[in-house]
Formats: sequence, C-alpha cells, structure tokens
Amino acid sequence: MECLIGIKFNDFVIIAADRTSCQSIIVMKTDENKLHKLSNKLVMGVSGESGDTTQFAEYIAKNIQLYKMRNTYELSPKEAATFTRRNLADTLRSRSPYHVNLLLAGYDDKEGPQLYYLDYLASIASVDYAAHGYGGYFSLSIMDRNYLKSLNRDQGYDLLKKCVAEVHKRLVINLPNFKVQVIDKDGISDMPDITMANLN
Amino acid sequence: MSARYDRAITVFSPDGHLLQVEYAQEAVRKGSTAVGVRGAEAVVLGVEKKSVAKLQEERTVRKICLLDDHVVMAFAGLTADARILINRAQIECQSHKLTVEDPVTLEYITRYIASLKQKYTQSNGRRPFGISCLIGGFDYDGQPHLYQTEPSGIYYEWKANATGRSAKTVREFLEKYYTAEEVSSERGTVKLAIRALLEVVQSGQKNLEIAVMRHGEPLVMLDADTIEKYVTEIEKEKEEEAEKKKAKK
Repeated sequence: MECLIGIKFNDFVIIAADRTSCQSIIVMKTDENKLHKLSNKLVMGVSGESGDTTQFAEYIAKNIQLYKMRNTYELSPKEAATFTRRNLADTLRSRSPYHVNLLLAGYDDKEGPQLYYLDYLASIASVDYAAHGYGGYFSLSIMDRNYLKSLNRDQGYDLLKKCVAEVHKRLVINLPNFKVQVIDKDGISDMPDITMANLN
Repeated sequence: MSARYDRAITVFSPDGHLLQVEYAQEAVRKGSTAVGVRGAEAVVLGVEKKSVAKLQEERTVRKICLLDDHVVMAFAGLTADARILINRAQIECQSHKLTVEDPVTLEYITRYIASLKQKYTQSNGRRPFGISCLIGGFDYDGQPHLYQTEPSGIYYEWKANATGRSAKTVREFLEKYYTAEEVSSERGTVKLAIRALLEVVQSGQKNLEIAVMRHGEPLVMLDADTIEKYVTEIEKEKEEEAEKKKAKK
C-alpha cells in the first residue's frame, strides 16, 4: 500500500511519496515518481487505483496548464485544489469514479505555503501536515509529537526522515525509497531521496 | 451575376469562386497589419496596435497570443473570431500533450487551425472566420517555423510574411531586405520586423507591439523602451543611407 506524506511550514511545504510500484505481490519498480508537477509552484502526490492515478493526475495537470494559457495567469493552490475536488465529486456518482487519494502542495505568492488533503470520496481539508496510506498511521503520530511551524528546510527534512524511519520500522510492507520535493517562493526543488541506506 | 451566389457559403459561383470566403479575405485586408519574421535564433511577430480611445484601458487589446509555451500567434481581421480560434487551439495544444505526452509541432497546430477554418467554409448556416493568422515558434527539435493561415483554410510556411492592411507593401519590403545573414541573430530579426512595420504604421513606434520567441524560453513582449532603441537605430541608419545617396549625386 502506498504512502504519501506532506508537511507545511512557515516558508515552504515539503511533500514525499514512496517509490514502489506493485501489482499484487510483485514489486515492479522501486523508482516510480508519484509526485506530479501541476504548475511552477504546485505539486500533487497521488496514490490509489493503478491507472486511475496517472490518468487523473495528468488530466488535472493539463487542465491547469490550459487555464494558464487561456488566462495568462496561473491557478492558485486553493483554486487548483477546489477544481480537483470538483472533478472527483463529479465522477464519484458516475459510472466510473476515480479511486485516487491526493495531497496537493503549493506556494501562493500572497498566502504562502498551502497543503490540501483530498481523498477518493472528494473530501478536502487544508492542513498543516497529512498522510495517506498505512504509513500515515505512524507518520501522523511522529508529526503530532515533533511538528513546529517554524522549522527550517533542513529541520523539516529531518522530521520527514523520522516519519519514514518509523514506517520502515513498523509497517509490514516494504517501502524502501521515498521521493521528496520542497515548494517555496522560488518554485519546486528536489531533495535527496530518503532510502534505507541514508537513514542508517 | 455573382450577386446571386454570394449569400450562402456552400454555394459556388459560376466562375468557381466561394464568394463568402473571398469576402472574409476582404475583412482581413481591413484589419491592422501583422508581420512575422523567422530568424535562426528567434521568431518575431509584430502587430500594429490600434490607437485606443482616451478613456479606454490599453491592456485589453491583445493581438498577439500564446497558444502554448512554445507557440505564439498574431492575427489580422475580426478580433472576436480570433478569440474563438485561439480558445480551440489552446485546448488542442493541451489535449495533444495529454494524449501523446509531446508538445505540438508548429505544423500540427497550424494544420488544426486551418482545418477548423476550412470546416466553416463547408457548413450550412455558418460563415467563415474573418482572420488570417501568423503562427510562429520553435518545434521540440529546435527548428524555428512561421506559418500563415487564411480564411479559406489554406496554410503555407514562410520565412517572413505580413497580413492585414498594406500587407502587400510590407511583403515587398521583406522580399527586398530579407537575407539569411540579417536574420541570423535575434537583434537582426527584430530589427527587420520593426523596419517592415514602420513602413506602413501611421503613428510610428508608439503603436507597435513586438513579441520575440526563442527556443526553450518563454515569450518576451518587448517594452516601449526597447522598441524605442531599435527605432532610433533604424532611423539613424535611414539617415545615413539618405546621406550616402545625396553624396553620390
């Protein structure tokens, strides 16, 4: 089962997703990227039904690009989250709903960093930190204990490493690698992957 | 005789013309001039800005539009018709990326716009689009292209072209002064485009809108100061030419 973690601080938001791609009991690859870039300061982490994930993420990403082309300015994170939720809600009671869980992380030039938790039933919550998947059970407790809004980039990354360490320790499913991205006023930047190796 | 054959678009006149399409081309000839020059490093599009009324906000009149990050379009003719086409083209650019993961090539999107225009020359109850588009940009492989579409739905690739009012004068100017050497740099390409527009624009530099598209970079709209610098340089060169001619005599 896939794991998504997102944490929001004063000047940036950090988002991470595991890198395993599985079909029943087989691990197909361990370098899958589940963090989709929606625009220059917007990233969406997606987990859920295989196929629905990529399809939905790309559909949302291209629609956000279309908005930018049409109107010469980009959708803010709040607008993008509302648009995404609207799409989930519309397809929910149709013949083919999308079974995807999302974390939307973005930076609004006026409002600052934003983090939204959306699930497959089209619920939405703006939160300081959130997680999807079994890994969330452990990560949330670690964040409850150690989260501070004022942490800087390195401290935030360390908090994330603590969460991943707990997932490695207590979750029966093996999720060795996590991809990490940070979004701040300068855009999206990649942080080093969190792997079994660099946690020890 | 032709008066009876020019109402419905789907009817040919006896001498083989689609008169509605030709009238659409007339509408284009009434629109403000647009010029496009394809250089080695940049594709430059320029338009003559219609002078705004005193109480009107200037920025609502936009005749150069982005279709995608790497495709820019300028047009001459009915602005409202252009809005519709631009909308459809922008959707198609994203749709293309969604289905095949690659950005559109200039030829693809030109062909799309042209086929859209052609559909409207063969439908009952609809009139053709009254605009001629100049579509420029760089393909994924780094090659620059400049295409022109007409209300009839044809499209051609050009090294440099103009459309709209006085298009013939501008095209003749471009035929005379376009050289591969001149457009090998971005500066040369921009200068040629501005020179060509200045030939026909009535009130000079204040009424020019110039857009420069480079490979892999976002579109740059030249600001008034930059245009002024180019214009001063061009006028100096013109004076020097005139002096030389006088000296020869």
